[in-house]
Amino acid sequence: MKLTVEQVRHVANLARLELSAAEEGRFVERLQAVVDAVDALSKIDTTGVPPMTAPVHGAPTTRADEPGGMLTTDEALANAPQKVGTSFAIPRVIE
Amino acid sequence: MPRADFQVVVGLEVHAQLLTRAKLFSSASTDFGQAPNTQTTPVCLGMPGALPVLNEKVVELAIRTGLALGCTVNQRSEWSRKHYFYPDSPKAYQITQWDFPICEWGEVSFEVDGRLKRARLRRIHIEEDAGKSVHDAADGLTLIDLNRAGTPLLELVSEPDLRSADEAIEYLKALREILVAIGVNDGNLEEGSFRCDANVSVMRHGSTTLGTRCELKNLNSFRFIKQAIEIEAERHVELIERGGVVEQQTRLFDPDRGETRAMRSKEDAHDYRYFPEPDLPPLLVSAETIEAVRRSLPELPRAKRQRYVEQLKLPPYDAQVLTADARLARLFDACVLQFPDAKKVSNWFQGELSRLLNSSGRGADQVKFTPAQFGALLRAVDDGTISNSTAKDVFAQVFETGKDPLAIVAEQGLAQSTDLGELERVVDEVLAANQKNVLGYRGGNLKLLGFFVGQVMKAMKGKGNPNPKTVNELLVKKLG
Amino acid sequence: MSALYELTLAEVSLALAQRRVSASEVLDAQVARLGAVEPRVQAFLRIDEAGARAAATASDARRSAGQSLGPLDGVPVALKDNLLTRGVETTAGSRILSGYVPPNDATVTTRLKQAGAVILGKTNLDEFAMGSSTESCPFHLTQNPYALDRVPGGSSGGSAAAVAAREVFGALGSDTGGSIRQPAALTNVVGLKPTWGRVSRSGVIAYASSLDQVGPFGRTVTDVALQLKVIAGHDPADSTSSDAPVPDYAAGLTGSVKGLRIGLPREYEVAGMDPHVLASVKAAAKTLQGLGATLVELSLPHTGAALAAYYLIASSEASSNLGRYDGVRFGHRAEGVKTLRELYVKSRSEGFGEEVKRRIMLGTFALSAGYHDAYSVKAQQVRTLIRRDFEQAFGVCDVVLSATSPVPAWKQGEKLDDPLALYLMDVLTIPCNLAGLPGVSVPMAPTSAGLPTGLQVLGRPFDEQTVLNVAHAWERETSYFRRAPEL
Ligand SMILES: [Mg+2]
Ligand SMILES: [Zn+2]
Repeated sequence: MKLTVEQVRHVANLARLELSAAEEGRFVERLQAVVDAVDALSKIDTTGVPPMTAPVHGAPTTRADEPGGMLTTDEALANAPQKVGTSFAIPRVIE
Repeated sequence: MPRADFQVVVGLEVHAQLLTRAKLFSSASTDFGQAPNTQTTPVCLGMPGALPVLNEKVVELAIRTGLALGCTVNQRSEWSRKHYFYPDSPKAYQITQWDFPICEWGEVSFEVDGRLKRARLRRIHIEEDAGKSVHDAADGLTLIDLNRAGTPLLELVSEPDLRSADEAIEYLKALREILVAIGVNDGNLEEGSFRCDANVSVMRHGSTTLGTRCELKNLNSFRFIKQAIEIEAERHVELIERGGVVEQQTRLFDPDRGETRAMRSKEDAHDYRYFPEPDLPPLLVSAETIEAVRRSLPELPRAKRQRYVEQLKLPPYDAQVLTADARLARLFDACVLQFPDAKKVSNWFQGELSRLLNSSGRGADQVKFTPAQFGALLRAVDDGTISNSTAKDVFAQVFETGKDPLAIVAEQGLAQSTDLGELERVVDEVLAANQKNVLGYRGGNLKLLGFFVGQVMKAMKGKGNPNPKTVNELLVKKLG
Repeated sequence: MSALYELTLAEVSLALAQRRVSASEVLDAQVARLGAVEPRVQAFLRIDEAGARAAATASDARRSAGQSLGPLDGVPVALKDNLLTRGVETTAGSRILSGYVPPNDATVTTRLKQAGAVILGKTNLDEFAMGSSTESCPFHLTQNPYALDRVPGGSSGGSAAAVAAREVFGALGSDTGGSIRQPAALTNVVGLKPTWGRVSRSGVIAYASSLDQVGPFGRTVTDVALQLKVIAGHDPADSTSSDAPVPDYAAGLTGSVKGLRIGLPREYEVAGMDPHVLASVKAAAKTLQGLGATLVELSLPHTGAALAAYYLIASSEASSNLGRYDGVRFGHRAEGVKTLRELYVKSRSEGFGEEVKRRIMLGTFALSAGYHDAYSVKAQQVRTLIRRDFEQAFGVCDVVLSATSPVPAWKQGEKLDDPLALYLMDVLTIPCNLAGLPGVSVPMAPTSAGLPTGLQVLGRPFDEQTVLNVAHAWERETSYFRRAPEL
């Protein structure tokens, strides 16, 4: 498959990344190299093979419905770039 | 409403918040209405290194819901990540179920204009709620509160089986009633614990091909849901009749302007990039667990109403009133076991009990008396031990104190006199003293019976409390 | 007695237990060693001398009270900087987390603390553990202690270099596609990647969740076994952590490989492999045969597809795991942004380095509508095939033996322009992560230029014991671990 600059831009948009013109060119090239390598996978017959999500062993751990172990607001907000009161703050979102 | 040759088609997606104490994947509390960001753990904040661990109560509640709605409960379901960037979505993905939901293929039955209808439920899945963005609190800023982030939700998705806004509303009411009755949801639309999105399309009558649908969001009352569906359907019809084409969109209902409008441009259309959640192994539920949950399920409101009418021979109105509150219905069932005349029990429930519950502010699950005490009280009325009005006074005391009604009757000397000789003597005296009225009665003025009863009861004051029924019978005999 | 820093972890542990030395004295020795060699090695991003001092003092107090917490009590160790340390900046080697101070410890951090270990600092890594050379970090490079102009491998290059340079006695790293084993091989130390689920990932800054696994570095197999014992085991904070019992790995090191079947996969002789490395692996197999093991030639037929599957899976998960770095709750936020989109795009574009962006792009692409089935699902199916290859192999052998890295350490900057060549460095280590198996790298014969190489032993799920035991037998027979860098 041949990647286009438009595709790379679309993907960058989905990923919330901004690429400079130079980066764009570089990324098209490098992603193309990986995509080419990956295209080889299509030659492998995987008919009826289940996908493997993770090497799961045994039953998952669950927890009881008991609240506790919460952060203080100071801890929760300690790394916030901007806050107002005990809320995280960002530039106003217009929807 | 759309013009006559068009049919409205509605499918509904309900998000119901589950009644748990802790969140879906973290130990943070689900308490509502706390100060911003006081109910969080690193998991809720999407902090680096934080991992989800499933709250097992959620699974039980999801199975409960699925069984109550006649779904197949899948013994294996899986978690997926649904990606989108938004400030109230701290991980930039929502953990939800995609390809393999926990429940599939149930139904919701409801009544419209006295007819019973059914809509199929395609799936029920578990997912986490987002946090809250507040846009107007501070100048030029949006504030983010993640208290709600990670609260467990069930998403219940119907097939497009609903054919009017009214059907949609009745479907939602029936669904909500069930969720509340089985204790999984509090049914509160305003607080957002029961939320609904509607997929609306129109097609010409007789057509079997569904039209293009639009998803309506922000529907937080039954009234808005009805309005929004009707307005949206009308928009589709107008578009089509003008030769236009309906575009598949997500639209926001604006109740102030009475219109719907597209939420986002095409360029911003979501590509959720679903993929299996590697941090959570598949959710496995044993057949034994499903059976145990099934056994713990209460009778559902619809089945209960049917049983009240068919087996207990109650009027449909009584059945409706009694089942409107699951707690009341539970108490009613227990009392009927003690006193099998269901209509009499029903009358007491709608009369004295509901009055006392209202004035005390208590729920039917918080009463102090036992069903056995209630049964004993009604039997005492039945066998003439006490009068109906005495019974009301006694019941008020039982309700307040939980004391045994028969003990109250004994202590306060409330039992009716059974000395028929004394009663007969008083009746004779009353008749002798009111000859004019005796003649009036015998002349056909039967209303005068009430007068005689009153006189007898007055004269008997302090000489036992005669059962008015007995007094009545005696007077009719003597006057006849 | 030799200088304190020259001791192995087991040796310093013994010295502490016998009260021949105090934890504070050991720490003094290591701080001095750091002063002498760290400016040239640059293994650390952060040294927490005050925290270490307090831990050493507390350890000495316990010893005096006869309340030792076990073999790691009072022993200086280091943590890769993608492992959370409460109150101590943790960056995952990324600008986007510059200044990030976590409110909690990773479970592995907690367990080291509970075992009395003295955490000396946080080590350098490729940004978000994405790389094989510790060069994709924006802060500074780490040098290979055996050749200061060469890379230490990666992404746990800082932890490997810190142990190799005798700055600490043990260290933890994380291994997503070889990130513990490969730097261990390149710096002449032992590095273990445990079975996926053996060690909690809670508090490990995720790169690719279904592949990531924390493991120890040490100068010897015993040193690694002692650390594994402490960090392994079930954790209620990680749904995927196993509750399989944790054996006493060090006590289980018999040094005997008699009767053990050692598998030699045909496909692990890859094109471009260093001839010395290839010859050394063959010699190693013969050596183990001489010790009583049986050699079994076998095939892992889908090895050729592992790299592509790995890059799709790892990148997909990375693109998802790194969405949370959005400048809202923590981490870098671009200045002067006016809209939400700007906030996201600028903060992320400024905060992430190029390699991270590239992997996010690849992963986003692979998951996006239209490519999901052809790429993501296909990669997961291939992953199943790779796992089945190993299941078959472990029907006829007990461990799989190969080189860890096809080449010794390369010069800094040398391969940066060729991402596929860099990816190729991981070809022998990646299948183990895809299958979720345990694997160890143990020092092998150095090249004529004196560059370290590593021998890799892979085992069945949760059979770390056998893997370590084979490595231990090899180590006793060859003693390459005794080589020290000239610093
Ligand atoms: Mg939905
Ligand atoms: Zn939903």
